[in-house]
Amino acid sequence: MAMLEVNNLSKSFDKLEVLKDISFNVEKGEVVAVIGPSGSGKSTMLRCVNQLEKADGGTIKVCGTDMLVKNSSGKTVYTDTKTLRDIRLKTGLVFQNFNLFPHMSVLRNITEAPVCVLKQDKKKAKENAMELLKKMGLESKASAYPCELSGGQQQRVSIARALALSPEILFFDEPTSALDPELTGEILKVIKELAAEGMTMVIVTHEMAFARDVADKVIFMENGYIVEMGAPEQLFGEDASERVKQFLQRFNS
Amino acid sequence: MTSEQIRTLASLMLEYIPPTLKLFGFTLLYSIPLGMIVALLKMCRFKPISWLTNLYILIMRGTPLLLQIIVVYYSVPILRMNEKCPAGLKSLLDRVEIRDSYMFRMILVAFVLNYAAYFAEIFRGGIEAIPKGQHEAAGALGFSKLQTFFRIILPQVFKRVIPASSNEIITLVKDTSLAYAMGYMEIMYIAKKQMSLYSSLVPLFLAGLFYFIAATLLTLLFAFIEKKLSYYK
Repeated sequence: MAMLEVNNLSKSFDKLEVLKDISFNVEKGEVVAVIGPSGSGKSTMLRCVNQLEKADGGTIKVCGTDMLVKNSSGKTVYTDTKTLRDIRLKTGLVFQNFNLFPHMSVLRNITEAPVCVLKQDKKKAKENAMELLKKMGLESKASAYPCELSGGQQQRVSIARALALSPEILFFDEPTSALDPELTGEILKVIKELAAEGMTMVIVTHEMAFARDVADKVIFMENGYIVEMGAPEQLFGEDASERVKQFLQRFNS
Repeated sequence: MTSEQIRTLASLMLEYIPPTLKLFGFTLLYSIPLGMIVALLKMCRFKPISWLTNLYILIMRGTPLLLQIIVVYYSVPILRMNEKCPAGLKSLLDRVEIRDSYMFRMILVAFVLNYAAYFAEIFRGGIEAIPKGQHEAAGALGFSKLQTFFRIILPQVFKRVIPASSNEIITLVKDTSLAYAMGYMEIMYIAKKQMSLYSSLVPLFLAGLFYFIAATLLTLLFAFIEKKLSYYK
């Protein structure tokens, strides 16, 4: 079953078209890496799917639920507020800058949404959060505040925070771009583990080696278009288009 | 003045501290929540509301508090007598009873309206200073707009506005002395009266000492609160 279906998605900021005719699917358990030069629209695409930007045209279906549709008069409209909120709970998003809540402890950062949004029992939410922290190797940091953690630790907390809502699909918006190479490794390891567990993920990244290793499908974007899409062997192999080769060359040198 | 006289004077003046603190306390009690509402109205996306709020803030910050106190205080009796006063407003004004507490209530209204404007600007600055990412992260986790505001944004705003608010609150302690102009019996009122009685500056010195101590205590209190909140950045 397709967890995410995006068709003909378009988006403009004023007169600048940042997304043009974007279409792709993400199947259950699939890991999709989105690569491409800066300003190609990768992040905007992710933000449209996560309702942080309003798309102008096209359709989006998340876990079989219509989020963005064309109505009978051909206008692009969002579904009702309640459904949009339900969709948000099925998706998780990890930001480049972590965006942890600075005034809450690590534990509270993770339990706040399950308790307030899902109305989970506090004790149960705490147990679940401790489990996630253990998985991230951060059990000892439960009562620390985000400002006391390294960037890599903060990002692992933010992954735990997203996982606490048991999302069906997890999005990463350049999760390692604010980290140094050593800390980047920490995060990539966590994502690899999630992939091994069968988590459906869409990752916007500049880590080419990682994309090749982990992704089932790679999307190359440029100027708001999907230039090429396929298995990593295809994009990183000899058959790739000239543009993709040229782009990747800079990372290999 | 003899030391005996000063002692009598000091104990007399102590009795005027509660009315001063009453005006101070009630002004804070009403102007802080009102300031938050005004801040939100100013950020309202419906432009006419934002403009009106802005006009209110401009007037409150652009004219003297003393003038505002006098206007509010005399507005009821003067407008009541005015024949051109619209019937609706007149019947509203007729409902205001001019009894013992009238003076305090009118002065309080003027103080609250004035301070709410200043607090509104402080709060707006605080709310707008919270990074966009906080709203986005909360939204992505499924928090509603209201939950995001009260659970994520407001606690962080609170910390950010402490320094600017402490400034306003310390100014307010001293501004309560303006109520003296209406004959409200607070510290300044009794100090001025006793000054004439004794032909001495000591009452004014004592009044000054009161304001100084109050301002110092508030400074210490806010330093303490800031330290308490320094567990996160």
